[in-house]
Amino acid sequence: MAMELTVQIVTPYGEVFQGEVQSCTLPGTEGGFQVLPLHADLVSLLDIGSIKIQINDQTTRFLATSGGYCEVKDNVLKIIVESAEFAEKIDLKRAEAARKRAEQRLKSTQDDIDIPRARLALARALNRIRVAQFVNSLN
Amino acid sequence: MANLREIRKRISSVQSTQQITKAMKMVAAAKLRKAQENILAFRPYAYELRRLIAHLSAMTEDVSQIPLMARRPVEKALLVVVTADRGLCGAFNSNIVRRASERLREYSDTEAELFLVGRKGVEFFHKRPVTVNGQKINFFNELNFNDAVELTDTVLNIYREQQFDRVEFIYNEFKSAIQQNVIVEQFLPFVPDEEIMKSSRQVDFLYEPDKATILNNVIPKHLHVQVWRILLESNAAEQGARMTAMENATDNAEEMIHQLTIFYNRKRQASITTEISEIVSGAEALKES
Repeated sequence: MAMELTVQIVTPYGEVFQGEVQSCTLPGTEGGFQVLPLHADLVSLLDIGSIKIQINDQTTRFLATSGGYCEVKDNVLKIIVESAEFAEKIDLKRAEAARKRAEQRLKSTQDDIDIPRARLALARALNRIRVAQFVNSLN
Repeated sequence: MANLREIRKRISSVQSTQQITKAMKMVAAAKLRKAQENILAFRPYAYELRRLIAHLSAMTEDVSQIPLMARRPVEKALLVVVTADRGLCGAFNSNIVRRASERLREYSDTEAELFLVGRKGVEFFHKRPVTVNGQKINFFNELNFNDAVELTDTVLNIYREQQFDRVEFIYNEFKSAIQQNVIVEQFLPFVPDEEIMKSSRQVDFLYEPDKATILNNVIPKHLHVQVWRILLESNAAEQGARMTAMENATDNAEEMIHQLTIFYNRKRQASITTEISEIVSGAEALKES
């Protein structure tokens, strides 16, 4: 009997997910990695990317995240991120609008544009679009 | 009877004012509920971050690698003053502004500048002899976590680039719907939570990447959370203050209408009495002749 891993995803807007899963794949800043039950205690930073949770043999769910960190301890995986959205709940139109806004800001020649922030916004928007489209293509 | 009509007019004007204050009270109550929900929803996130940072700081011997935790003698201080964008909320804004002015006087030996959050603070300090470093206004209506991120990053940039040694936030803390406390809180340099640091058990994790990098990355996130908390608290306190102020205004209007109505009736009775006595005495005069 395989042991189960408890996953908890927490954002500033509240808890997004909590439950027992088989495995969870995360976008670490040093590269993607997978957490299985009985993983060693770990603290890792997370990048902008997708979180994949394998709930059971039939169900896999994807979330788009904008980064944060995660902590594994005693078979509990806590994912503390600034945002996490289930792929099927992502509003593609809004993500598309955010992408255009960020691109425009990067292109504009005004001095008061915060380039690093605009780049990050663009990366976040692209990530959300990618995750949403990937999941749409599965169905 | 011009006088009676004037009183009637007065009553109806007070009545319409009362309708407005009543509506504002309802709106504030609804917004307060939303603000409180926001506070509750974000608590677990804030708690986890605080715990991790305290744990990491307890495990890190060499704090000099963490620039945001480095303490220096205070020669230049930045006061971030959080007021509301709107008025009509009792002493909410004036309390903050007064505390900020006091704090400036306490810093009279050192250089101190202001960063104003909320339109009311900007209006107040506009024509006063203070140095205003920056401002952020008109966003409380649609408060969003991104506002907190933006504000934090702006303040962080000022702190880094203009060599400030200390940043403080002055804001209203939400106690209950009828009570707000003005709080002055040190924001930078960052001080980890001693309580949790002590209780953090000495279990070690694998760190990916190393502890110092994680800390340097997580502290700004924690600061986002602090600012978000402050904005939420201030917003909730503002709605609470407005609710109370508008409730008082509604009660006062009620009282005023009551008194005006009594006054009106008395006047009306007096005029009727005069009229009757005029008619009667007129009739009496006719009979006698």
